[in-house]
Amino acid sequence: MGVSRTSAIWAVIWPSLRGDPEIIWSFIPFTLSVKPMDQDLRMTSLLTYTFKNLPSTSQWALRFSMRPLSCSSQLRVAAAVQTKSKQTLAKPNIRNIVVVDGVRTPFLLSGTSYKDLMPHDLARAALSGLLHRTSVPKDVVDYIILGTVIQEVKTSNVAREAALGAGFSDKTPAHTVTMACISSNQAMTTAVSLIASGQCDVVVAGGVELMSDVPIRHSRKMRKMMLDLSKAKTLGQRLSLISKFRLNFLSPELPAVAEFSTNETMGHSADRLAAAFAISRLEQDEYALRSHSLARKAQDEGLLSDVVPFKVPGKDTVTQDNGIRPSSLEQMAKLKPAFIKPYGTVTAANSSFLTDGASAVLILAEEKALAMGYKPKAYLRDFMYVSQDPKDQLLLGPTYATPKVLEKAGLTMNDIDAFEFHEAFSGQILANLKAMDSDWFAQNYMGRKAKVGSPPLEKFNIWGGSLSLGHPFGATGCRLVMAAANRLQKEGGQYGLVAACAAGGQGHAMIVEAYPK
Amino acid sequence: MVASRAVGSLSRFTRSRMLRCPGYICRNFTKSSALLTRTHINYGVKGDVAVIRINSPNSKVNTLGQELHSEFIEVMNEVWSSNQIRSAVLISSKPGCFIAGADLNMLTACTTPQEVTQISQEAQKMFEKVEKSTKPIVAAINGSCLGGGLEVGVPAAFDMMLTGRGIRADRAKKMGLVDQLVEPLGPGIKPPEERTIEYLEEVAITFAKGLADKKISPKRDKGLVETFYLTELTSYAMSIPFVRQQIYKKVEEKVRKQTKGLYPAPLKIIDVVKTGIEQGSDAGYLSESQKFGELAMTKESKALMGLYRGQTLCKKNKFGAPQKEVKQLAILGAGLMGAGIAQVSVDKGLQTVLKDATLAALGRGQQQVFKGLNDKVKKKALTSFERDAFFSNLTGQLDYQGFEKADMVIEAVFEDLSLKHKVLKEVEAVIPDHCVFASNTSALPINEIAAISKRPEKVIGMHYFSPVDKMQLLEIITTPKTSKDTTASAVEVGLKQGKVIIVVKDGPGFYTTRCLAPMMSEVIRILQEGVGPKKLDSLTTSFGFPVGAATLVDEVGVDVANHVAENLGKAFGERFAGGSLEVLKQMISKGFLGRKSGKGFYIYQEGVKNKNLNSDIHSILAGLKMPSQPDVSSDEDIQYRLVTRFVNEAVLCLQEGVLATPTEGDIGAVFGLGFPPCLGGPFRFVDLYGAQKTVDRLRKYEAAYGRQFTPCQLLMDHASSPNKKFYQ
Repeated sequence: MGVSRTSAIWAVIWPSLRGDPEIIWSFIPFTLSVKPMDQDLRMTSLLTYTFKNLPSTSQWALRFSMRPLSCSSQLRVAAAVQTKSKQTLAKPNIRNIVVVDGVRTPFLLSGTSYKDLMPHDLARAALSGLLHRTSVPKDVVDYIILGTVIQEVKTSNVAREAALGAGFSDKTPAHTVTMACISSNQAMTTAVSLIASGQCDVVVAGGVELMSDVPIRHSRKMRKMMLDLSKAKTLGQRLSLISKFRLNFLSPELPAVAEFSTNETMGHSADRLAAAFAISRLEQDEYALRSHSLARKAQDEGLLSDVVPFKVPGKDTVTQDNGIRPSSLEQMAKLKPAFIKPYGTVTAANSSFLTDGASAVLILAEEKALAMGYKPKAYLRDFMYVSQDPKDQLLLGPTYATPKVLEKAGLTMNDIDAFEFHEAFSGQILANLKAMDSDWFAQNYMGRKAKVGSPPLEKFNIWGGSLSLGHPFGATGCRLVMAAANRLQKEGGQYGLVAACAAGGQGHAMIVEAYPK
Repeated sequence: MVASRAVGSLSRFTRSRMLRCPGYICRNFTKSSALLTRTHINYGVKGDVAVIRINSPNSKVNTLGQELHSEFIEVMNEVWSSNQIRSAVLISSKPGCFIAGADLNMLTACTTPQEVTQISQEAQKMFEKVEKSTKPIVAAINGSCLGGGLEVGVPAAFDMMLTGRGIRADRAKKMGLVDQLVEPLGPGIKPPEERTIEYLEEVAITFAKGLADKKISPKRDKGLVETFYLTELTSYAMSIPFVRQQIYKKVEEKVRKQTKGLYPAPLKIIDVVKTGIEQGSDAGYLSESQKFGELAMTKESKALMGLYRGQTLCKKNKFGAPQKEVKQLAILGAGLMGAGIAQVSVDKGLQTVLKDATLAALGRGQQQVFKGLNDKVKKKALTSFERDAFFSNLTGQLDYQGFEKADMVIEAVFEDLSLKHKVLKEVEAVIPDHCVFASNTSALPINEIAAISKRPEKVIGMHYFSPVDKMQLLEIITTPKTSKDTTASAVEVGLKQGKVIIVVKDGPGFYTTRCLAPMMSEVIRILQEGVGPKKLDSLTTSFGFPVGAATLVDEVGVDVANHVAENLGKAFGERFAGGSLEVLKQMISKGFLGRKSGKGFYIYQEGVKNKNLNSDIHSILAGLKMPSQPDVSSDEDIQYRLVTRFVNEAVLCLQEGVLATPTEGDIGAVFGLGFPPCLGGPFRFVDLYGAQKTVDRLRKYEAAYGRQFTPCQLLMDHASSPNKKFYQ
C-alpha cells in the first residue's frame, strides 16, 4: 500500500527520467526465473489485522466477580517520610502553570453506547462537562487544543467543531494535534508552551477518539477513477473511464493498524518486546488482572472523579467506564495469543482494548487562576518527548523519557509519589519496568551510566490504567494527568510522574506537582 | 551439487525459522560418557526435551565436517536411547548460522569418488534416522542453513536443489519447508542476537513438548514432490507415468538450455530425483551418494570450489584497517557508473554526495539509485521504510558544497584524461588533507591521472563493473606512489559496498581490461573473417561465457571498446593485434554505439525481447573482410583462439607483477569479465586443462596469425615442468 503510493509520488517527480537501460549480467548461468508471488491480499489482511485488535470479550470477560487483590500488601503507604530533593519546581522568571480541573466522558468499549456518535459529539461532551465542572466563563478561554489519532475526514479540525457545539465562544480559536497515543499530552504541553510564552492565559486542552467508526476509504484506483470521472466532460470520456473499472477497485482501504514505517502491528511488536525482556504470559496476565482489580476498586470507591456522566442522544445516560472486567488467571490463561500465533504471549486479556472516549482539562497561568478565584489541583512542570527505533523499541518511550524528565526537574525516583503510566499492553508495561531497572540496558542503549530504577508498584497506576479503564488514543494523556493530580490531592503526595509510549517509537513524560492546600 | 551450493551460500536466510521433522527408530546404544570431549556439540536436557546446541569452535559458521558428524550421531543415539527424553531441539549457538553446508575441506581432502560417496552415505544415514525418529525433533534455525544443513531438518525442495538459490524465511514457510517463523527480537535484557537465540530455543522447546504430547499435530506431511507440486490435481497428474516423463523432459530441457551442458550437477540431480521417484527412495539415496561422489571429483567441482575459496579470500582486507574510517563519500558524475556506486554505498549506510554538472544528468542518476532500491522493495528484500531511509543517505548536488567533509571522492566522469585532470584539480582545491581521491576508470593509467595531483599518495584507482549493483567485482589499482593507508581505505569502502576485491598494480588496462582487450581484438578478427555475430555469440556462450562476445561489445559500448583498444594498442603493440579497429570506427561514424544508442551489432528496441541483427553491419564487415584460415577456424578453434589469448594475457599479468596472486586473477576474470565459472578462471584453466596443451594451441595459432599468440614465459615455464601449478 505504502510502496505503491510512494512510487507514484516518485513517478510524478521524475516523469521524464524513467526507463534507463539496465544490463543484467548474471553469469552463474542457472538461475531459473523467479515467478512473482504477489497477490493482492491487502484487503483480507487488513481486515484480519483489525479484528485481531478487537478484544474477544465473550471469551473471557464473563466473570465479573470481584476478587481479593493478590498484591494488596503493596498498597500499604510507605512508613518513613521521605524528604524531597526539591521543595517545589517553580522556576524564577517562568510563569507557573496550573491545572484547575479536568474531566472525561466515561471510556467505553468501542461498538457500545457511543457507536452512533461522531468524534466531535464525544469531544463536545467532554468540553461541556469541563465548562460545567469549572464554570469557566466562556469568553476568557483564549484557545482550545484537542488531540486525536484516527481523523474523521468531515471534522478534520475536530477541536473547532466540538468547541462550536459545546458552548464555547465562537471567538475562541481551536486546533487539533496528533501524535498517536500521546496526542492529548501534546495538546496539554502545547497549552503549557502558549501560556509560558505569554501568548495565552487560559487554554483548554483535551483529546478524543471514536474507534466505533473509522474512515474506510475506496481504493486508490477507485478514488482516481471517481476523481477523473468528475472531471470528464463528454459521455465518451466517461464511458472510456468506466470501461477501465475492475472489480478489485472496490476493495476498501482501512486505516492502518500497522506501523507505517515497519509494517508491523503494535501488538506484534509488544509480543516481541515482552520476549526480548523475557516476560512470561503469566506475568502479563497477572499484571492485567491487577490493573482491572485496581480499576474496579477505584470505581467502586468513587475515586474516578474525573468521569462526567454523558447523556447519549437516543440512549441512556452513561455514567461509568464499561471496560473494567476483573477476571481470573485461569480464565485468562485460556485465551489464544492475538498476534504471534500460536506461541506468542500477548492476548486480548492482557492488551488494552479499542475504546471510545474524550477528555479535557483547563490549564491556566497560576496568577490568572488565582485572580479568577480558582483553587487549582496541580502544577504542570517539566515535560519531555523522546523517540527511538520504531521497530524494536516501539513501546519503550517511558523508559527513555523518565530519567530525562527527572534529571531536567532535578528529582529522583524517590521524589515521585504518584506514577501514572499509560498501559498499552501488560507486556509493554512490564518491559518498561524491567528496562528501567536494567543497568545493562541503560548503558548499552540509553547512553547512561546507570539505571534509573523501577517505580515501586505501590505507587504505580493504583487506580487502574489503560488496560482496564480503556485507551481512547487521543484522550488518554489528559486522563493520566488528572489521575496523577487527583491521587496527589487524595493521598497527599507532592510529585506525580506521567509517562506514555506512542506509535512511531515516540514517548512522553511530564512532572505534575500537587498544588499546595 | 556441492559446487553450486558453495556458490549459492552467499545468500542467507534473514529471519529465524523453526522447522520440524517427522521421525521414527529407537535403538539401544551404549551411553557415551565422553561428554566433555565434545567440541562441536553441547547437549543438555530441559525437562523431557533434549537441547542439542551446535557450535563449531574457532569458526564463524558451523559446517558439516567429520567431527561434527560423529558427535551428532553420538548425541542422537543418546537421545534415542534415553527413556527420560521424549523430544529434541536442534539449534545453533552461532547467531546467523545454523549449518552452512558441507565442509569443503573435507571434500577436498578426498581423492576418489568412492570416499565422497561414503561420506555422502553416512550423512544420508544420519538424515534418514533424523527423518524417521519416533521422538519428535525440532530444528530451530537462525540464519543460513544450506546444503546438508538444510537436510538435517528438511527434505529440500526441487528448485532449491537445482539452483542453490537462497530462500527467504517467509517463502520457506509458504513452501512448507518450515513450520513456524520466529521474528528476531530487539534489545531487551541481553544483546538482541543472544536473546533471540534463547527465545528461539524456548519456543522450540514448547513445540517439541507439544509434539511429544501430541498437542500439536505436524501439518507438513507431504513428501518431496508433493511439496513442489502443491495441489491435489498435480499430484494426481504426477501419478501418471506419461505425465512424469514429460515433466522430466521439460525440466531437463530447461536445465540444458540454461547450463549449456557445461555444469553436470543439475542434470545429475534430475537423474537422482527421477531414480528416487521411479525406483523408490533407497535406490534414490544410493544413486544420490554415487552421483555426489562422481560430481565431487569433476573439474567443474574443483573450479567452483576454487572460486568459492578465492571469493572468500577477496572479501578480506589484507591492508588492515585504515587510519580513518570513510563515513562521507562523494561521487562525481551521476552516470550509469556513478549512480551505481552511489546505490551500493547508500544502502550500506554511507553518507553519499552525488555530484554532476547538470540537473538533468543528476536527476537521471538519482532516479537510477531510487529504482535500484525500489526494485528490492518489489522483491521484498527491503521494506519501503528501509528504502526511504537508505535513499536519505544520498545528497544530489551540482556544486562542491560539503566536499570539505568528504573522506573519499570517487570520480566516475567520462573517460577522458583532460577531463579527469580538470575534476582532480577542482576537487583537490576543496577536499580535506586526509581525503582519498579514487578514479573509476577502465583503462586510463592511474599514474597519468595522478601526475598533476598535489598528493599522489592519496590517489588510487577503483574500477567498478557495470551494472555496479549486480557485478560483484571491484578492481583496485595502486600506483607506486599510492600509500598503503589509501589502499586500505579503498578496500574498506569496497568491502562495505559488498564487493569482491582484487588489488592490482597500475599499468595500461590494469588487469581486467588488459585481458579483455586481446580477446576483443580476436572477436573483431573473427567477425571480419565472416563469422556472424549470432554464431559468434552462440560459440562463446556455449563455452561458458555468460554473455556472447558480440553482445558484450554492444553492452560495453562500441566507442568505449574503440577507445580502450586504441589506448592499449599503443601501449602493447603487436600483441594486441588481430581485428582491424576500422570496424569499430566505421560503426561509431554510423552511430552504432551498442545498446546505449539502440544499435550496435544488434538492434535494441524497448519492449522487444528477441534482438535482431543490425543488417547495416554486414556491409561494414564485408568491406573490411579478412581471409579466414580453414585449419584454425573450426568452432572449437574459434573458441580457443578467444580463450587462449585471454589466458595468455592473464598469465603475463602475473609474470609482470600486475597481479599479486593467481587467485585474484581468477576472481577478477570470472566476477568482472564473465570468464566461464565452470573453468574457474584463467589460472585454474591452465592447471586443469594443462599448460602444455594451452601452449600447443597458442603455438598453432601463432603459426597462422603471428606474435599476438606467442605464449608468455611463465606459461612456457609451466608447460615445461608439469609439476608446476598455479594452485598446488
